[in-house]
Amino acid sequence: MRDLGGQWSDRNVERVVGTLLRTGVLLAAAVVIVGAIMFLFEHGTDRFDFHEFHGIRPEICTLGGIVHQAFTLHSRGIIQLGLLLLIATPVARVLFSVFAFALENDRVYVAITIVVLTILLFSLTHIS
Amino acid sequence: MNLFESTLIIWAGAVAAGFVGALTGLGGGFIVVPLLTLLLGVDIRYAIGASLVSVIATSSGAAAAFVREGFSNIRIGMLLEIATTTGAIIAASLAPFVPTSIIGIIFGLVLLQSAYLSSRKQADHPYAGPPDKWAERLRLNGSYPTAEGPRSYQIANIFGGFVLMWFAGILSGLLGIGSGAVKVLAMDQVMHVPFKVSTATSNFMIGVTAAASAGIYLSRGYIEPALAMPVMLGVLVGSMAGAKILFKIRTKLLRKIFAVIILLLGLQLIYKGIMGGI
Repeated sequence: MRDLGGQWSDRNVERVVGTLLRTGVLLAAAVVIVGAIMFLFEHGTDRFDFHEFHGIRPEICTLGGIVHQAFTLHSRGIIQLGLLLLIATPVARVLFSVFAFALENDRVYVAITIVVLTILLFSLTHIS
Repeated sequence: MNLFESTLIIWAGAVAAGFVGALTGLGGGFIVVPLLTLLLGVDIRYAIGASLVSVIATSSGAAAAFVREGFSNIRIGMLLEIATTTGAIIAASLAPFVPTSIIGIIFGLVLLQSAYLSSRKQADHPYAGPPDKWAERLRLNGSYPTAEGPRSYQIANIFGGFVLMWFAGILSGLLGIGSGAVKVLAMDQVMHVPFKVSTATSNFMIGVTAAASAGIYLSRGYIEPALAMPVMLGVLVGSMAGAKILFKIRTKLLRKIFAVIILLLGLQLIYKGIMGGI
């Protein structure tokens, strides 16, 4: 295979993708832990009852609602914010890969990755 | 039982789910869902929401290590994600028109057969034929770390693998489980990807497929913080520990563990299909 002369190699990409994933999950975990400690202090002695489905409170079902609940220091909102960060991590990974393959001058994979990103964003926003 | 106790129980189960899920590339849902529904009596919709969180956490938690160490082949992952994600979208529009319980039973039988085939194979079956034109053009060949240093591999049958991945996407959209199994099997059995690279690359991919459907579960109120919180924190610990083991574990043993789990998955699907639970 011809070396396309990019400054970046696959090893670089792997290292940066690995760091990105680790940072994402650790950040998400830190936020969830803060929420978890608050939640268990407030509700630790509440009864465990999820036998019937009631859905969760609508204010922590949307992006705006979760951010608002988290920044007004509601424990469930903080946990949901951490979970949102977790969900965003693979999306960020795909987004970053577009730039990484571009730095490698690998046009085929820039195209492939943009297709994946487009499908991902489409299904995140359209299927409901 | 109060929420403090339930958090501890779920957390412990999630550590196990993350550990096995990361090693096998299957995600942790096959442990998290029965733990919540059968043991704790949680409604299936909350369990599905928690399972989705567990899959993303397993994937990202372990992939961080797998990718850095060079187990996951990110080019294979990226290419095949086109197939899995379009498959998932097609499934979402097909779902109301197809008999999912029959598909569940058929797929369950396929998994039983695959478990048998997978348990008979002892090690990897490297591709020794002429270099595959597409594998070279798409730069899919690679190498992975072993105790004796990096071992390079060639892959083949890109098209066959792609079509199977497409089915994996459709199945995961229709049935909600088992797509990790098809991903590993397609890479291992069809494309001649070494087994450890197959499980690590499947693990790398499942997070993206799961993230694609996260928005819908969140807006439907399936993701309950009291359940998702211990699941996420447990799975992360388990998957990071599982990622450390992959380098050391013998491929034979890993293949046996994988075979046992897809056997259980197959039985679970057949049972659900017959009981009409899908």
